[in-house]
Parts: sequence; C-alpha cells; structure tokens
Amino acid sequence: MRSTTYGRGLRSLSLLTVLFIAAALVMVFFYAPLDAEQGFVQKIFYIHVPLAIVSLCGFVFGGLMAIGYLRTGDRAWDMRSYVAIHMALIFGIGGLISGSIWAKASWGHWWVWNEPTLVSFLIVILLFCTYQPLRFSIEDPERQARYASVFAITCGAFVPLNFIAVSQATQFVHPRVLTLTGAHLPPAMGVTFLVSMIGITLLYATLWKYEMAAKNARSQLRRLRRTLLGEDLDRPYGRSAAPL
Amino acid sequence: MSAAWAVLRKDLRLELRSAETLPAMVLFAVVTIVIFHFALNRDTIQGQEAAGVFVIALLFASMLGINRLFVAEREQGGFDGFLLAPVDRGAMLLAKASALYLFLVVLEVIAVPAFKLFLLQPGLGRPLPGLIAVLALTNLALSVIGTLVSGIAVHTRARDLIGPMIGLPLLVPALIASARAAGPILQATHAPAAPPLRWVGTLALYDLVFALLAYAVFDFLLEE
Repeated sequence: MRSTTYGRGLRSLSLLTVLFIAAALVMVFFYAPLDAEQGFVQKIFYIHVPLAIVSLCGFVFGGLMAIGYLRTGDRAWDMRSYVAIHMALIFGIGGLISGSIWAKASWGHWWVWNEPTLVSFLIVILLFCTYQPLRFSIEDPERQARYASVFAITCGAFVPLNFIAVSQATQFVHPRVLTLTGAHLPPAMGVTFLVSMIGITLLYATLWKYEMAAKNARSQLRRLRRTLLGEDLDRPYGRSAAPL
Repeated sequence: MSAAWAVLRKDLRLELRSAETLPAMVLFAVVTIVIFHFALNRDTIQGQEAAGVFVIALLFASMLGINRLFVAEREQGGFDGFLLAPVDRGAMLLAKASALYLFLVVLEVIAVPAFKLFLLQPGLGRPLPGLIAVLALTNLALSVIGTLVSGIAVHTRARDLIGPMIGLPLLVPALIASARAAGPILQATHAPAAPPLRWVGTLALYDLVFALLAYAVFDFLLEE
C-alpha cells in the first residue's frame, strides 16, 4: 500500500463536523417547530432520516470504491471500500434503532411490517452483515480483496433495486417526507433537516477518514517493525477480516 | 458459446451418472412441503399462503443445488482446466446458471404435482400457464444469483454457511415478487388465470439487472 497520509485535513474536517452537529442539535431543540400530530417525539426524525440516508449512500460508496479495486488492483481501494461499508453498517444500525424507537412512539409498535422503507432497510442491513464473515473466511489477502469487491459491487447495486421491489409490496405508512417531487416540509423544519443532514454526512466523512488514517498508520507501523526484525514483508499478518 | 455448451454438457452428464444433487433437491422440496402440512396444521391451502409455502420449498431446495454447484470444479481441478483453456470466462457463468436452471425445472416438474397432491386446494389446470411463467422468471433469479453467490462462497473456508447467508438477502426481493405474482393465481375461487403484471415486471427487471451484473463481475471470481 502506498504511504498516503489520510490524516491531512482531518482536523479542519472534524471541527466542521462538530460545528454542524452542534448547530443541528441547537436547531432541532430550539428552532424547529413541534410537529402538530406527533409532538416532541417527531424530533428523532432529524437524526433517524440522515443516519439512514447516509448509511445507504455509504453502502453504494463502498461499491464504487470496490470498482476502483477491480479496475486497478490497488489494495488502497479495497481499504476504502472496506471502511466505507464498515462505517455505513454502524450508521445503518443506528438508523434502524432510532427508527424503531420512532415507530414505537408514533405507531405504537417497535416493528411495522407494512412499511417498505423499514423492511427494505432491514434486508440491506442483513445483507451487509455478511460482509465481515465473508472477508474473514477467505485467507489469501489478494483473493479476499477481490471477492469482497465483487460482493460490494453486487450489493451496492442491490440497495436501490431492493427499495424498488419492497416499496411495491406495501402501501405507505411511513411519512413520505422526501419524494422525487420535493420535500414536503415546512421551511423551518426543512432547514433544520438540511443542517442535520449535512452534519451527519460530515460525521460519516470524518469517521471514514479517521479509520483510514488509523488503518494506514497501523499498516505502516507493522511494515517498519517487520523491516527492523528482518521478516518477510509479503507474508499475511495473521487472519483478519480487515485489509492490511 | 461452445465452451459454455461443453461445460453445461459435462455438468448434465455428471448429474445423470452420479445423481448427486438433483435427487437431494427434489427430496428436500417434497419433505419441506410435507413439513408445512404439519407446521401449519392444515390439509389444504390456497392463494397467497400456497404461493408462499411453495416459494419457500423451492428456495430451500435450490440452496442445496447452489451449495454444490462449484464443489466438483474446486475439488477435481475443474477451475484450473477452465482457466488454462483460451475461452471467455463468462462461459462458466452461462454454463453453471443454465445447469442450475435445468435442475430447478426438473425439480418443479416433480414438486408442483407433489404440492398439488399434498397441500394445494385449487386444481392445477387453470393456474398452470401463469404458474409456469412465474416459475420461469423465479428460476432465472435463483440460478443467476445462485451461481454468483456460489462462485463467491466456494473459495471461502465456511462455504456452506457463506453461500446461504449472502444468497438469502439477495434473493428476498425476487421471492417477494414471485410469491406475490403466484398468490392470486392459486386462489381457489374465481381467480384470474394471469399473474399480476406489476409483480411479473418487477421479477423480470430484477432478473435482467442481476444477469447483467453477474456477467460484469463474474470474471473476477475465476482469477487465480
């Protein structure tokens, strides 16, 4: 792997993220009006929806990075794809839990089946949960990267397809806040949503960059240690699901 | 094309002589149907329930075929032979998906009458053309996605686990469409003979996209 420094620009990005998240929280609690039907609990919307959208985009992003790996064979792309999917999965589980809480509060059930967005999201999460076990069960690092990339591309394309299929299956219970024709939100809510959307997106970008930097530093450290000890540099470093 | 035909013929001949996969799949499907009789505690079912039960039996049986699809190639060095031959890699996908498709057709030729015999309430005559259309598309989804997943899983250590684990979520949308398309035509009374077009369309779209996708990425699974 080339010794790129992923830490560059990390500090300003982190500060920007903190700024936007803080602004979003202030706006959620003090600026955005209370929802007429649902009241205070509706405010979870400003966390839940961005988390879910960012996580889905993260899965697709991971697929795009995987295309880079298959085209170039450069392991750095595999690392980007791995970190993207890994982060998206964490965000996705956050979205699933926050959505479940919202569902309990506003519909009275923790889980609602006649709800395409929720169900498609669950299927996507279940699919991507197999990404780590798949990587872990392939020992050869080069093969692991290649197969994981094939998985990431296939499943990245699966994300939008799955939403089409499942949304046909059921009528809509979920509030159609964002449709193709535009957002159906009062302006004050819309602005708040936009700010928290940007905040969560920046959070994803920051965490992605942090993990890339950490993984990169670790790999360089190992390389140095091996050089010092005079070990073989190409030998796989134990078994791992993460690219090394 | 001729390479694909050669591999397909080899697979079919192997199955004819050793009968390793297909009898197991058929038996598995029939036993699943029988288990559903006890699990649901019903003598006959119809409509959406019947469609769901049959799709699940089909899915489970196909999982057996998917798991075994590349095992012979890996154990007997078929991959090496194929890679050494100067042929298009896509031929392997085409041959294996066709083999799985044919297995599923034979499976259904036996399992559909068995399903009628054990569980299905309405007669088979009227819904049969619609059912054949739906099953033809379902088989395509099962065989294309199954081949892709099997190609990924065969080189992993826990291949019997990884295959179904990746395969099931990937197949969920296809199975939703398939069950919903077959549901109305399996109604006992005054059912329309044609499956709802919306679901057939969804299923066909899903097949098309995954066939293209599998063709695009399958080459990378064969490299050494």
